[in-house]
This record gives sequence, C-alpha cells and structure tokens, in this order.
Amino acid sequence: MSQAGPGYPDESKGTIKVAQLYPRDMNIYGDWGNALVLQRRIGWHGYTPELVEYNVGDDFPQDVDIIVGGGGQDSGQLVIQDDLQSRAGVLKDLAEDGAPMLLICGLYQLFGRFFKTRTGAIIPGIGVLDVETHGTDERLIGNVKVSTPEFGEVLGYENHSGQTTLGSGVRPLGTVPKGTGNNSSDGHEGARYRNIVASYLHGSLLPKNPAIADFLIRTAAERKYGTFVPGNPDDRYAELAREHAARRPR
Amino acid sequence: MFSFSVPLGKLVRRASRLRGGGSALPGLVVEKIDPGFMRRTLTTLPHGVAVVSGTNGKTTTTKMVVELLESQGLKVFTNRTGSNFTRGVAAALLGEVDWRGRLEADVAVLELDEAHAVHFVNSVPPRYCLLLNVLRDQLDRFGEIDKTAQLLQHIAAKTTGTVVLNREDPRVARIAETLTGQEVRYFGLDDSLLATFPNDDDMRAAPGSPAPADLPEKPAADVVLRKVGADSAEFEYDGGRVTTGMKLRGVYNIFNAAAALTLARSICGGGAVDADHATLLQALSQVAPAFGRGESLTVDGQPLDLVLVKNPSGFRLGLKSFPAGGYATMIAINDNYADGRDMSWLWDVEFDSLREGGVDQLTGSRAYDMALRLQYDDVRIGAVETEIAPALAAFIREAQGKPKRIFCTYTAMLAIRRELSKITTVEVVS
Repeated sequence: MSQAGPGYPDESKGTIKVAQLYPRDMNIYGDWGNALVLQRRIGWHGYTPELVEYNVGDDFPQDVDIIVGGGGQDSGQLVIQDDLQSRAGVLKDLAEDGAPMLLICGLYQLFGRFFKTRTGAIIPGIGVLDVETHGTDERLIGNVKVSTPEFGEVLGYENHSGQTTLGSGVRPLGTVPKGTGNNSSDGHEGARYRNIVASYLHGSLLPKNPAIADFLIRTAAERKYGTFVPGNPDDRYAELAREHAARRPR
Repeated sequence: MFSFSVPLGKLVRRASRLRGGGSALPGLVVEKIDPGFMRRTLTTLPHGVAVVSGTNGKTTTTKMVVELLESQGLKVFTNRTGSNFTRGVAAALLGEVDWRGRLEADVAVLELDEAHAVHFVNSVPPRYCLLLNVLRDQLDRFGEIDKTAQLLQHIAAKTTGTVVLNREDPRVARIAETLTGQEVRYFGLDDSLLATFPNDDDMRAAPGSPAPADLPEKPAADVVLRKVGADSAEFEYDGGRVTTGMKLRGVYNIFNAAAALTLARSICGGGAVDADHATLLQALSQVAPAFGRGESLTVDGQPLDLVLVKNPSGFRLGLKSFPAGGYATMIAINDNYADGRDMSWLWDVEFDSLREGGVDQLTGSRAYDMALRLQYDDVRIGAVETEIAPALAAFIREAQGKPKRIFCTYTAMLAIRRELSKITTVEVVS
C-alpha cells in the first residue's frame, strides 16, 4: 500500500519498500509505531513508501529495502518459530548484503543464536546476530536512556525477562546511563551488526529517535539508488517529546 | 470476640479524612494488625462476596451490579471510592462496619484490579466472580496478556459458587475449561456487534479476515446483548428479548450491562429472592456512568464529557463510541504508575477520526508524546501544555460555546476533576 499525503513532495525520488515481520503475532508493544514512522518519514524525505506485512505462511516479499520486527508474548514467539527458521536463509542473505533492519525485543532475541528458557529448553534462533539470550525470573522494566556513538542519546522503555549477551561478532548499540538494557551486568543495550539495529527498547523506538529511522531510510536509499537525498521532516514535536521523556523517572 | 483493630482502624480512617489523605491508609493499618478482619467480616454475609475483575469496565460494571441488586431490596457493600486494591476494600469496610466489626449487608460486590484480586481471593474466597476481559494494559506491571489471563483464572478457581465469563473474549471464555466445581455462566454479544469490539489479537489483522477455524462453537449465554440504539438496548435472556432505555452511552458500557445483569441474576436466583426482571431493567435503565467513564458534566452551559482511556482497545473504543463531530477535543496523557508508564500503547491507536476537527489542547506529563503521535496521523494540534490546570483553563476558554470532550488517562482524570470541581459540580475521588 503506497501512501502519499500532506507534506509529501510532488516528485518521488523512488520507492522504498518496508516489510514488517509477523505483525499479527509479534506486535505487543506498539511495534506498529515503528512501521508507521518509517512509512511517513520515507514520504517526508521525498521517496514513495511501500509497506508490506509478512505473517506466518505468507510468500516472502520480493525486493525488500527495510525490515522491521517487533516483540511478542511467549505464545506469539512459539507461533512464529518454525516459520522464522524456514526464512533463515533469505533473512541472513539480506543482512549480509547490508539491508537495513530494525529488530525489537522478541525478534532481536530470535535473530540471535538461541534463547534458553528458564526451564532450560533451547529455542534456536536464526543466527543472524552473534548474541544469545537466557530467560530469567527477573523482569527488567522501565524508562531507558542509551548513549550511542552513532545516534546520540536514544530514549525508550524496556520490559523483558530475557537477558542477552553479545558475542564478538556484534557491538552494542550503546551504554546505559539509565535503565538496564541487554542484561543486568554489562551496562550496555542493543546490538549493531552491518546495517541492523537491534534493541530492547520500545516506546515506540523510532518516533522519539528519528536519527535511527533516518539511518534505516538513508541506508536503504543508498543501497538501492546509490545516494540518499534527504528531505526536511519537521522534528519539533520529536525534540520536545525527547526532552520530556528524558526527565521521567526510571 | 472484641478486637481492638476495628476501633483503631476507624480512628485512623477519621484522622486521615481530617487531613484529607488517601483512602487506603486505614485499611493498611487494620490489615497489618488484624489480617483476618476482612475474611471474618465478609464471609458471614448471607449472599457472600462477588468479585468483579478484568482490564476494562470494572468500575462501571460494579456500579451497575450494585444498583441492580439494590433494586431487588438487597443491602450491598461495595468499594465505591474507586480504590480497587485490597487495602482499599479494607478501608471501605472500616467505613461501614460498626465499632464491633459487624457489617450490615446482604452481599459484598467488589471491584478488584487483577493482580490484587489474586491476593484478595486467597484470603477471602468469593462466592461469585465476574471476569470481563483481558486486554493489553499495564504490561509494565503484568508483563504479558497471557499472564493477566492466568491471574483471572486464579480468581475463578478460588470462587466457590458461580463464575460469570465473557463469551466473546477467548482468553476469558477459555477459563471455563480449567474449572471443575463451579457453575459457569456467560454473557455474550450478538454477532452483528462483534465488529465494534476490536480485540488485541485482530488489532493488526486484515479487516474482514476470517476467524481462526479452530474456535469451538460458542456456548449459550445467560444474557446476550442483541442491539444498541441511541439511548436504548435490547437484551436476550430466558428465551425472550427485551428492549430498555439506557442512560449509559458507548456500546462497551452497554455490553458490560449484559455482564452486570448476568451476575445480578446469578446472585438473586441463587438465594432467597428471585430476580424481579421489571425492576432489574428499570434499575439498569437508570444507571449513570461511573466517574470519568463517558460521564457528562456541564461547564459554561455546555456539556463536557470525560472519557477515561487506559489502553489501546479502550482508547479505540472511546474514539468510536464518542464521535468527534461538533466537539472541541482535549487529550490528557500522564505516565504515572496508575496510568501505565510505557507510551508504546499510543502507537496502537489510530487517530484518523480526529483528523477533521483536530485536537484543540494536549496536556499531561507525556503531552508531547501525544503530539508526536498525532503528527504521524496528520491530526491538527492546537496547543500543548504539560501542566494540567492551565491547559484545562485554556481549553475551556478557547472552546467557549462548544460542547467539549476530554480523553484522559487515570491520574490525569483525577487532576482534571479536581480542577473542574472549582467551577462545576463533580464528585471528587481521592
């Protein structure tokens, strides 16, 4: 479904296609917000957004430029597990080829090597990211502030009981002055690998962190068209929402 | 046996009222020094205890059940102050018992938050429970929807008599399979009205997509809501259909009326009195919304509606039930503990219906999160002011001569009511 509307320039600089992974089963924490922000900002930058959904059993969409995936309940993760394994090859190829991806919470975990539950059961991941996650009894909940080298201060909200440890193949998204992040001991949050941004943060993540949204869009445009010519989105409300969010207690 | 805890609790209650304090402190005092107080007092009631729980609609439904039972001549104890935690119940109880700890009532109808209900039923097993729905709400407290469903299942398991379940909410209806000794009754909705209740599972599913094939056939319901008119509703029970006038507005409030009817019928049918349906319906038609649940006040000679929004489904139902046309709109979003602290939920609500008229005023600690959300839905924004008092004053001034509507989270609603009480008549709830 392509969207033009108020604030979009008349001439499109080209199409950018966003695929949402498993929105039916993995959308627990406002993950739609991330897809919506990409859709609208692609338009504000002068490109034509195309948003497609990929759910269990669908044909995998062709020519995808950006992939977004969200968090689910334990039951949602069970529903998608086999389907995700069957798509491991295509997702790995896209990742290695530099396709930008945003993976939040549950799909961050499942793009890793494995998730070991509290009872010791191993849920295999698809191994795109060199991370592993261990289920715990402790739920990490609250506002988070992340200091990142690439995107400045990243603001969001975490709510997870899986704790993720990074291997040497990935680097953290940033360090955590407020909140917990990947796990309760390392003091860092999220993972970066090629053009993948993986994080526990919702809120939703992209609305209040337009720098990450624009990174995904820029990377997609450069990969597809060789260059990215930005537009001029109005980020005044994003700035103010960030200021006020940063002052809220943990 | 005379216990000192009750007089002491009553004294604390008086003292805390004098200093204008919270409603739960005296309950806490009694709970600490006499943990058996609630069980002793409540389990001796002739019709026992009925617990109302679920994500949305507890307060209005409880109010309806109380008024329905009172119409049948029962004396009902309830936690009216909106303090739906165990301590709030103990505090309300202290206000009603005599100095020897006796409660003059036939039945207790208690609204309990899901997590607190679990503690409550462990110490006071209810004779009845009414479980309304499980929706995405306060995931920062409960973790997951499935976890919330388990809390409700526990309430049902501890119930000794009748469990009343929402037939249309799969997570609630499924609780029946886990029960052995209890009588199960359902309240239900006509298929034609199902589409007006988007649930979290089909929130992002394609419109009109077929229902999953593995759904079992629906069980028969004790009361079914068949039709909703502008100020009337048609219910079906005992094989007949009855239309009644309704003061309540919003189809979700009226669906809760079916829930309340089912519970009231269970309580009246199961005891000494048999329900008199003419007076039941008469009482139902007169129930006014609970505070902030679509309640309409008058400000400057114009209606001002307060619509409480706590979670995506509640906000979507609120937008659907109260169309924006002709109204000035304000939205107040706080992120205190009682509101839910994670703002993600705002992104699961679509605000297209506000596009035509725009939103005149935004307020609350997360007013700018709301502004950002509206920007992405192309909704015009009038003014933004995080402080509620000046924002409300500006809204009333700017929208003079127009009917007004305020969508607000829980603590924002309390603040707005305090401000409004300075200029109009409202029931202030502490």
